[in-house]
Amino acid sequence: MKLKYILFAFFTAGILSVSSFAQVKLTGAGSTFDYPIFSKWFDTYNKMTGVQINYASIGSGGGIQQVTASTVDFGASDAPLTEDQMKTFQEKRGTEVIHIPIIMGGVAITYNLPSVGQGIKLDGETLADIYLGEITKWNDPRLAKLNPGKNLPNKSILVAHRSEGSGTTFIFTSYLTKVSSAWAKKVGVSTSVNWPVGLGAKGTEGVAGIIAQTQGAIGYIELAYAVQNKLPYAIMKNKDGNYINVNFNTVSAAAAGAVKNMPKDLRAVITNADGKNAYPISGFSWIVVPKDIKDYSHAQTLVKFLRWAVTKGQGDAESLYYAPLPAQVQKLDLAKINSITSNGKKIN
Amino acid sequence: MNETSDLIKAYLGKKDKGKNDSPSFIKKILGNGNIGDFIFERLTLLFALLVFLLVLFMGWQMYSNSLLSIKKFGFHFLANSTWDPVSETFGALPIIFGTVVSSFLGLLIAVPLGISVAVFLSEVSPNWLEKPLSFLTELLAGIPSVIYGLWGIFVLVPWLRDIVEPFLQNEFPNSPLFQGATYGFGMLAAVIILAIMVLPIISSISRDILKSVPDSQREAAYALGATKWEVTKIVLGNAKSGLLGAIMLGLGRAIGETMAVTMVIGNSPKISSSLFDPGYTMASVLANEFTEATSDLYINALIELALVLFIITIIINILARLLVWSTERKWKLNPI
Repeated sequence: MKLKYILFAFFTAGILSVSSFAQVKLTGAGSTFDYPIFSKWFDTYNKMTGVQINYASIGSGGGIQQVTASTVDFGASDAPLTEDQMKTFQEKRGTEVIHIPIIMGGVAITYNLPSVGQGIKLDGETLADIYLGEITKWNDPRLAKLNPGKNLPNKSILVAHRSEGSGTTFIFTSYLTKVSSAWAKKVGVSTSVNWPVGLGAKGTEGVAGIIAQTQGAIGYIELAYAVQNKLPYAIMKNKDGNYINVNFNTVSAAAAGAVKNMPKDLRAVITNADGKNAYPISGFSWIVVPKDIKDYSHAQTLVKFLRWAVTKGQGDAESLYYAPLPAQVQKLDLAKINSITSNGKKIN
Repeated sequence: MNETSDLIKAYLGKKDKGKNDSPSFIKKILGNGNIGDFIFERLTLLFALLVFLLVLFMGWQMYSNSLLSIKKFGFHFLANSTWDPVSETFGALPIIFGTVVSSFLGLLIAVPLGISVAVFLSEVSPNWLEKPLSFLTELLAGIPSVIYGLWGIFVLVPWLRDIVEPFLQNEFPNSPLFQGATYGFGMLAAVIILAIMVLPIISSISRDILKSVPDSQREAAYALGATKWEVTKIVLGNAKSGLLGAIMLGLGRAIGETMAVTMVIGNSPKISSSLFDPGYTMASVLANEFTEATSDLYINALIELALVLFIITIIINILARLLVWSTERKWKLNPI
């Protein structure tokens, strides 16, 4: 009888010590845009496997710096690394950087025009000219031409944008850069730019606040926020010439449309993508990891988590108002994840 | 004073005589002092120096981390007015302008109000009113700035946009201060928010300072037949340097204020004479752009901006000190 208990005790102690041995903690840092879905994933994954992942949402720039300096296992960024950053990464870590598209987001163009209501139509050049300060009134002939039958008021347009650096701004300015040569020349693309006109507000909720309060205001915010708060948003003309509503399907369609031109390193900026149904202001968010990870157990845990996140994890996307990765991109991701090594060895 | 130290010396001498006849090394350093006093003095000196070293260290850190930008832009950093992260041209002039103007105008509103509140509380107000009123002003000082910011967005900005700004524009159609579209967001909103945030600091510290002026002075003045206003003038004169200190603390808060300002100022690095136009402040730029700054030069430029803020704060504090010294000297040479 007693022996049984002792054996049982030994047995459980053995299991406990083994499992606590195998317990690897991962740390990550970066994008604030990714934070809501990451915390959901880390929680679910922890309950499933016991793996603990700590994430600091300090911003994409910070995430890239930290993973370059080897202080975290992975970084998360809404903008891909620049050539310079990739070079620095190579020099500091002695291995190349891998970009893994992890989730998608769309950017909605919202506005406040009570007399017009939902669904004004816009195309890229007109939007760029509004943000350049060339079009200043809602009843401008160019806007009227896009919206026949809509009674656009003789009101000044108040342009709102994010004041802090943000992935949403990166996606938005990359779209304007692609569709307007004037924008490309005068402003360009970055997480924060030198805005020619308008008011800067802190955070998505700040931009939404300005729009909600000011008649005649226009601004860009994350899809999630526009849907949750039922804000009116513009129907955008895409590359194929169709007018597209922003939602999870059309954002995913943009990724699908971009797959055939996907660069090998997966650093695809998919604004103004091909495809009948593609919403033109969409973008990936990436997890950034080194190609070769010294510590095998860390590498293995990370790889297993990433495989889960880009497949099963995508199921959580819509409930948190992200757009899931389409199947083709998931496949590319898995191939990329499988190319991660530990000291040159493959990881199972 | 001399008597007591003689007594202590005598006491120490007596105590030491029995224990130790040859003067030890420690005693040589101490002279006739006490070892506890020695440690106490040096320890406090060390801590005082530590604060000074910390300031130097911070300055040096910011300098060494902004070398890239200092070398690239030199004085253009202060004189150029383009802040463009894409082409990596960084000129901080509009941001410095926004910081100085918003803080200065905020103080312009808050100082007369704050000191009047303090005078009322310490000189005029009956006792039963003083307690709750001072409690309320101090309560204002404890409200977190993000709450002021939210109040700014939801109450102040609509009020400015719908009532105050159109009114000002109608009354003064030619004034360069009130030009442009009336959005509510902009320099005016930031100035008013700052004034409200700084007011309780100035008034509560000023009240304490006025209270600390000895009653004998008031009594003496009354005895000579002074009116209430004349007595108040004397009290204010005596409290001058303290009041200036209170104003400087207020200015410190105004210059460093980040959250509330960034929520209402419009965050656009442009110099404009109109109070309705958006502006930007150094603290807001740092808070907004630091997280997503990716290139080295960008980060260096932001740190240089922090260095400029640091130096401006130090200069203002030095000026304030000098002002206090000069008024004190005048006061000593030529009392009322």
